[in-house]
Amino acid sequence: MKWKKSVIKSARSLGNVIPVLIGVILLVSLANTLIPKSAYSKIFSKNIFFDSFIGSAIGSVLAGNPVTSYVLGGEMLKQGVSMVAVIAFLVAWVTVGMVQLPAESLILGKRFALTRNFLSFLFSILVAVVTVFVMGLV
Amino acid sequence: MKGKKNHGNWYFLLSVAILYIAIAFFDPQTILSSLEFSFLIIKNIVPVFILVFVLMVIVNYYVTPQKLVKYLGKKRKWLFAILGGIISTGPIYMWYAMLRELKEKGVGYGFIATFLYNRAIKPPLIPVIIYYFGLKFTIVLTGVMIIFSVLQGMIIEKLEMRL
Repeated sequence: MKWKKSVIKSARSLGNVIPVLIGVILLVSLANTLIPKSAYSKIFSKNIFFDSFIGSAIGSVLAGNPVTSYVLGGEMLKQGVSMVAVIAFLVAWVTVGMVQLPAESLILGKRFALTRNFLSFLFSILVAVVTVFVMGLV
Repeated sequence: MKGKKNHGNWYFLLSVAILYIAIAFFDPQTILSSLEFSFLIIKNIVPVFILVFVLMVIVNYYVTPQKLVKYLGKKRKWLFAILGGIISTGPIYMWYAMLRELKEKGVGYGFIATFLYNRAIKPPLIPVIIYYFGLKFTIVLTGVMIIFSVLQGMIIEKLEMRL
């Protein structure tokens, strides 16, 4: 691939992300203004398995470029959401592909696609727990 | 897919803009505070995105599905699945064709699962993760994800053998 082609491909791919990213930033800012910080403590209980399960469930149903999840996760962390929930959210976002599931099933087989996505969901919880444990954040 | 434009991203932004306009009628102060907060976030992440763009250009220049299949197809080793997944860029449907080709060549599902799991690690986006979560977190999370990617591959390989 030539340099010019690489620049165009990268610009196109980043350009596609920008409207979503701006939209997400605007929504995060709105949530930051409207929702009191105490509301998050009602959803996230500080139980590492429950919090990571919730984070993972949200990350699994949402889809899009990973950049969006990093920005969203980073802002969630600033709002007081626990690290374990944010990690589970980030990992599920990039490893569980509910949107791509039909295409993955068609090309690589339904059984493989379902098993892989189910394992990825479980692993997003485990990765989150192990990461916070390794970092000594529990 | 070529030539087909995805307007969904713009519709999403338009929906958020409409929401902002609607709220502004009732509570302009909330909208002003939100816009101020948004501007602060955007101002902070712009320099990071310039670095991300440069890294994306470099990766796109050096890595193509054709180049990867040369290495992945020949040696069925976890290391290649990990590295292949990490350096593969672009939308996933670009890589499905390559993965099917590998499957037809006898590569196991475990290997493919490890490859797909490692696609979650994106070197060009590392500056964004570091910006939000710090270097230590980035290193630990990447390491843990690589270990779990192999674990997932092994489990799927075992399940595949039972079928």
